[in-house]
Amino acid sequence: MQFKKKSWIMALALTSVVALSACGNNGGNNAATNNAGNNTAANNTQNSSAELSGSILASGSTALQPLVEQVAERFMETNTGVDIQVQGGGSGTGLTQVAEKQVDIGNSDVFAEEKLKDDDAEKAASLVDHQVAVVAIAAVSHPDAGVDSLTKQQLVDIFTGKIKNWSEVGGADQAIQIINRPASSGTRATFESFALGTKTEDMQGSIQEDSSGTVKKMIGETPGAIGYLALSYLDDSVKTLNYDGVEPSVDNVISGDYPVWAYQHMYTNGEPTGALKAFLDYFLTDEVQTTDVVELGYIPASQMQVSRDVEGNVTTK
Amino acid sequence: MSVKPKKTKLEKHHIEDFIGRSYMSLCVLLLIVIIVSMVYFVASKGLANFFSGRVSLSEFFGGTKWAPDADTPSYGALPFISGSFLVTLLAALIASPLSICAALFMTEIVPSWGKKLLQPVIELLSGIPSVVYGFVGLSVIVPFLRDTFPGQGIGVAAGALVLSVMILPTITSVAADALAALPQNLKESSFALGATRWQTISRVILPTTFPAIMTGVVLGMARAFGEALAVQMVIGNAPFVPKSLFESASTLTSVITLGMGNTTMGSTHNNALWSMALVLMLMTFLFVLVVRMLERRNKI
Repeated sequence: MQFKKKSWIMALALTSVVALSACGNNGGNNAATNNAGNNTAANNTQNSSAELSGSILASGSTALQPLVEQVAERFMETNTGVDIQVQGGGSGTGLTQVAEKQVDIGNSDVFAEEKLKDDDAEKAASLVDHQVAVVAIAAVSHPDAGVDSLTKQQLVDIFTGKIKNWSEVGGADQAIQIINRPASSGTRATFESFALGTKTEDMQGSIQEDSSGTVKKMIGETPGAIGYLALSYLDDSVKTLNYDGVEPSVDNVISGDYPVWAYQHMYTNGEPTGALKAFLDYFLTDEVQTTDVVELGYIPASQMQVSRDVEGNVTTK
Repeated sequence: MSVKPKKTKLEKHHIEDFIGRSYMSLCVLLLIVIIVSMVYFVASKGLANFFSGRVSLSEFFGGTKWAPDADTPSYGALPFISGSFLVTLLAALIASPLSICAALFMTEIVPSWGKKLLQPVIELLSGIPSVVYGFVGLSVIVPFLRDTFPGQGIGVAAGALVLSVMILPTITSVAADALAALPQNLKESSFALGATRWQTISRVILPTTFPAIMTGVVLGMARAFGEALAVQMVIGNAPFVPKSLFESASTLTSVITLGMGNTTMGSTHNNALWSMALVLMLMTFLFVLVVRMLERRNKI
């Protein structure tokens, strides 16, 4: 018995040492495999004049994932030598992984500088931004709320809890129920920056849902609900609210009259080359921008008559 | 035991024995490595914030304000910890009587067809994916609660109801096994003394099988504590300690699933989520420990 016990302890100690060292090695291993990946990409550059080949790995924003997947399919049809894998995981994951060179493309619905702050700020410096599409977000309410339009100030008051009843903004006598997004959500960041112009704190009793489908269902079913959705999700189950009298339509976004929109970013670590560059260039061709991008409910980035930088300054093109 | 000859040829069964043993040891070793490295990984991420001093222990476990994206961020995890405990305890309170009755029905009341009927139903319940539970909760339970009680239907009550259905099969099957394993002579002596069936169940069967039934309850609670998706869909996810059962609240799992993908690795926000994962993991260990203690008591 004595011996048995001892050997077990030994075994445990041994394995934990192995495990720890395995963990320690992880970083090195990753770097090695990634270097290999980069090399193949680089090698492919030389052959690119003849035919593109190589593999591209993209990860990040789940909102952008369907579009990237669809465009990747089409790209691979014509360039059979290229293999493109698209993963989800969220904007933060995509940016982390592209900054650490674990993937070739990091999809994000916010600027990298907004996510990689403080200690991580230098990571954002090496990332190259490719703005492939625009998503506009509209404030929506339950159909019976009885309001067509809200001003910026009214929205701020609602989302900070100063206005608690629809009757205070000219609607039905019905308590307002906020259906929000989690604090880390890109959609919420966009809505707060460009519709409210201020960050809001979560309020006691507010509901938070991550997926747009659930948010739409909740707003459509909950009396007095208010929330926000990307334009592609709008339908008759919810009431779309005008913002300062401006209708959230594709045309108004393109002309710059409707301000609540954000770029969809595809970040690469350093300037892209070879198949990676070809894929991103293909993304910005009219062929893709006027078909796949529009089909999936995005607004083509190439058609925008205004542009916006990281600080949110809008300039007319 | 066996006398070893001084010089042996390696016979076939010796080699087989050696290969078999090495293979099994390798598997066990792999298991231990996986568990140890998981604990190490979660702990190293989860403790990073406390070591670097970005978040203090008292702020994390005592703070009620969760605002990681605010200009002066605060990382109070109390709303999530309390939310997790609240839904878990409520779910166990709702599910335990139902499951114990179902188990008694299956083994004591009508052992002939009760088991045949209920066993497949319970197996079916445990096989339903959690997203289906969540969706049913969102489409049926939430509207029902919204119409019946004040509030929006979403909240701790909805989460606990969905969870109680999810842990029903766990508790029922463990309890049924425990009841079936009860020595027949205990019951027979009770009947021989003139006790009715109800007296036998309430005075003899339930007290003797109590530790085993509690094992089932604790296993159910462990499942409820770790369940993420179904709860996240119906609980509302507001980072506050709820003032009523019908108000939006959060659990550890729901805040982790909502925030993990949207935050960058290594950021304070992300590490705070890992700290919560560590709390979840430690709680799971605690549940396992309680089950082990109950099992030991059960044997005596």
